[in-house]
Amino acid sequence: MKPVLSLSNVTRSFGPIEVLHGIDIQLHSGEVHALIGENGAGKSTTMKVMSGFLAPSSGTVCIDGDPVRLTSPAQAEEAGIVMIHQEFNLAAHLTVTENVFLGREMRRGPFLDHAGMRKYTQALLTRLHCNASPDARIADISVPDRQMVEIAKALSRHARVLIMDEPTAVLTARETEVLFQQVDRLKAEGVAVLYTSHKLGEVRRLADRVTVLRDGSMVLSDCAEGMTEDQMATAMVGRDLSDLYPPKRKGGGDVVLSARDIRVPRFVEDASFDLRQGEILGFAGLVGSGRTELMEAVAGLRPRDGSVTVNGATLPADRMRPAIQAGLVYLTEDRKESGLLLNKSLRENLTLLALERFSHGLIDRKAEDAALDQAIADWDIRIPHRDVLAGNLSGGNQQKLLLAKTMLTQPRIVIVDEPTRGIDIGTKQQIYRFIHRLADEGLSVIVISSELPEVIGLCDRVIVMQRGRIAGQVAGADVNERAIVRLAMGLEGEAA
Amino acid sequence: MTATAEPRQAPRRRINLHAIGPLAALGVLLLIGIALNDNFLSYSNLTNVLARSAFIGIIAVGMTFVITAGGLDLSVGSMAAFVAGVMIMVMNALLPMMGQGVGVILVGILIGLVTGLFGGAINGLLVTRARIEAFIVTLGTMGIYRSLITWMADGGTLSLNYELSGVYRPVYYGTVLGVSWPIIVFALVAIAGEITMRHTRFGRHCAAIGSNEQVARYSAVNVMRVRMATYVLLGLLVGVATIMYVPRLGSASAATGLLWELEAIAAVIIGGTMLKGGFGRVWGTVVGVLILGLIGNILNLTDLVSPYLNGAIQGIIIILAVVLQRGGIRSN
Repeated sequence: MKPVLSLSNVTRSFGPIEVLHGIDIQLHSGEVHALIGENGAGKSTTMKVMSGFLAPSSGTVCIDGDPVRLTSPAQAEEAGIVMIHQEFNLAAHLTVTENVFLGREMRRGPFLDHAGMRKYTQALLTRLHCNASPDARIADISVPDRQMVEIAKALSRHARVLIMDEPTAVLTARETEVLFQQVDRLKAEGVAVLYTSHKLGEVRRLADRVTVLRDGSMVLSDCAEGMTEDQMATAMVGRDLSDLYPPKRKGGGDVVLSARDIRVPRFVEDASFDLRQGEILGFAGLVGSGRTELMEAVAGLRPRDGSVTVNGATLPADRMRPAIQAGLVYLTEDRKESGLLLNKSLRENLTLLALERFSHGLIDRKAEDAALDQAIADWDIRIPHRDVLAGNLSGGNQQKLLLAKTMLTQPRIVIVDEPTRGIDIGTKQQIYRFIHRLADEGLSVIVISSELPEVIGLCDRVIVMQRGRIAGQVAGADVNERAIVRLAMGLEGEAA
Repeated sequence: MTATAEPRQAPRRRINLHAIGPLAALGVLLLIGIALNDNFLSYSNLTNVLARSAFIGIIAVGMTFVITAGGLDLSVGSMAAFVAGVMIMVMNALLPMMGQGVGVILVGILIGLVTGLFGGAINGLLVTRARIEAFIVTLGTMGIYRSLITWMADGGTLSLNYELSGVYRPVYYGTVLGVSWPIIVFALVAIAGEITMRHTRFGRHCAAIGSNEQVARYSAVNVMRVRMATYVLLGLLVGVATIMYVPRLGSASAATGLLWELEAIAAVIIGGTMLKGGFGRVWGTVVGVLILGLIGNILNLTDLVSPYLNGAIQGIIIILAVVLQRGGIRSN
C-alpha cells in the first residue's frame, strides 16, 4: 500500500546550518506514527516540512506516491494534511462554530449559513464526544475542549493526515485518555496520524510506529511493538539513562519557611506547611488543585490571608520584592507567558529579576555580559550565538535560562513549578541534577510537579493537595505512587 | 532550533535596516535640502529648524517612554495648551502683587511644571489604578484640556501682559554661545532620555513591561509604578516644552499645541520605537523629530511642492517608516 504522505531524503537548512539530515518517513492510512526526540532534535522542523510551513532544502515530499511541492499550509490543507500546533490556532473571541469554519464559511446566497454551520459543528463535536457547545466562545471553554475543537476543525477540512505537536502536554491523565480514544477512532476511520510527545508511556500506548530523531538525523524507525521506553529514551539521548534521578538524599535541618493558614479566595483554603533547610519538598496533586496559586501567594505574587515567615521574619502579602530580599523566589510554570521576554535578548532576560545587582545608577553592561557567560557555562545553555532572542531557544534551554535568571538573586529558598514541562529527557536529567546540587549546597527547594515519577524520584517529602486543601503528606520510604494518588483523588487524608 | 555551536562566536551582524533607516532618511533629506537651496545649510536656518522642533522634541522624548512601556498619550497637545493658559493667567494675576520682574516669571515656570506633572499623573492614575485603556483615557483628557483652554480664553486668545512678555522673551529668543535656549534644553532632555532608556533600570523595566506585562510582574517589576512614572515624566516634559513655548508668542488659544500629540507620536514611530511597546530608543525619536522638522523647512524654502502639502509628505514618511520597520524585524 502506498503511504499517504512520505518524506524521502529530506534535508532542511537555515542559512548555512543544516538542521535536518536525510529524513525518510512514511505515514500510512490508519496508522499512528510517533515522532520523538529531544528538544532541538528536529521534530518541529520535520512537522513543518510535512504541513507546508517550510519547504525542504532538498529531497522530496510525496502524497499518495506522487511528488508534490507544498508551498503553504493552505495548500497542504487542501491536500488533506492538517497540523495542530501546541499553542492552538484558535481565535479566542469567536465561537466554536466560527472557529471551525474560519476562512471557509458556509454560505446561503450572499449571507452566512449560521444554522447549517452550527449543525455541522454540533455533529462533529458529538462524533468526538465533546460536550462543548458550538456557540461557546473559545475563551470560555477548557483546554481539552479547545483541543477537540482543533480536531473538529481538522476533520471539517477532511483531513487524511493529522499532525499533532505534543497534544498531551497541557492535558491531565483523564483528558489524555479521552484524546487517545479519539485518536483510536480516527485511526479506525483511516486517518494517518503523526504525533510527538515527551511522554514515552503514551507513545507505547498509542503508536504503531516510532521514529526517533537525534540532532536532525533519524536514529531509529521501527514498529512500536516490542520497543521499550528505555530503548526509546536511549535512542533519543544517545546514552544510557538508567540513572535519570540522582541518588536520594537525607534532607532536613531547621525550619526556614513556615506558611500558616494560607487562604487564596477561590483557590486555596487553610494551607499550612513547613520547609526545612536543605530539603527537597514536593507538591503533588491534580492540575487545578491549587498548588500554583498557593506558591504564588507564598512568593508574594497574589493577595492572600494567613502568614508566611522566612527564618522567623514575616513576609507582607502580595509583594514580591520583600520575598526576594528574604531569599525566597518562585519559578513560574509558564515559561512563555510569565517567565521570559521572548522577543528580548538573553542578557536582558537573565538580569531582569536581579537588575539592582547590576545597577549602580547606571546598568553595568560588562557585568551583565559576564553574568551571561557564567550562566551559559553553569547551566549548559546551548545557543547558536549570543544575540539570539529568548523565544528562539528550545524549551529546555529556555527553562535553563529561567533557572539561571532566578538563581541570580542568590536565593536560599527556591520554589520551582513544573520545572520539566515540555522538556526532553536529557535536559530533564540535567535539571534534576541542578535541583539536587542546590539542596546539597544547603538551599531549600519546593518542587511542584504533575509527573508522579518526578516527584517520587526527586523529593525527600511530598505534600499532596486536593481541591485547594492540603490532603496530607508522605515522607521517606512512604513516598510512592499509590499513596500520592490516593491523597490526590481524595480517597484518604484530611480533605476526604 | 538549537545548534551546539560555540556560543562565544556571534555571527557578523548584517546591516540592520531597522537601525540605519531613520538615519539614512535624515541624510537623504539633508542632501535634498542642500541641493535645492543654498541657504539651507546656513547657521540661522538650521538653528531655526531646531528651535521650532524643540517643543515637539521634548514631548516626544517623554512619549518614547510611554510608548515603550506599552502605553499611549493623545492628550499632550491639549495639555500643553492648557498649561500655557494656566501659566499666563497666573502670571497676569500675580503681576499687580509682585510687580513685573523675574519673580513672576519664576512662579509662572514653576506653575507650568507642576500643572504638567499633575496632568501626567491624572492620566497615569486613570490608566494604572482605574485600569482604563490608555487610548480612551487620553482621548478623554485630550478633549477636556482642549475644551478648558477654549473656555479660559473665552473662545479667543489669552495674552501675557506686554511688559512681562518682554522679561520672559529671552527664555525662547536668548542664546548661550550662539545657541538658543530651546535647542539647549532639547539636547539636554534628549541626552538624559537616551541614557535613562539604555542604561538604567527604569528604561529596562519600561521595555520589559511593554514586551510582556505578565513576565515583568513575575520578575518583581512594579508594573503600576513604572507605568505611572512614564506618564508623570511625559507630563513634566509637556510642562518643560510649554515654559519654552509661552515666551515665543506670549499667548495661548484653542489652536495652541494643535496636533502636537500626533507629531510627537509620529516622531517616536519614525525613530524605530515599536507602537505596541517593548522596544524604544530615544536617539531614534530625536532623528524622527528632525526628519519631520526638515520636511517642513525644505518645503518652505523651495517652491517644488506647495507647503500646504507638508502634512501629506509627513504622512507618507510615517507610513514608510513603519513598513521599513516591519521589514527590519522580519530580517532578524
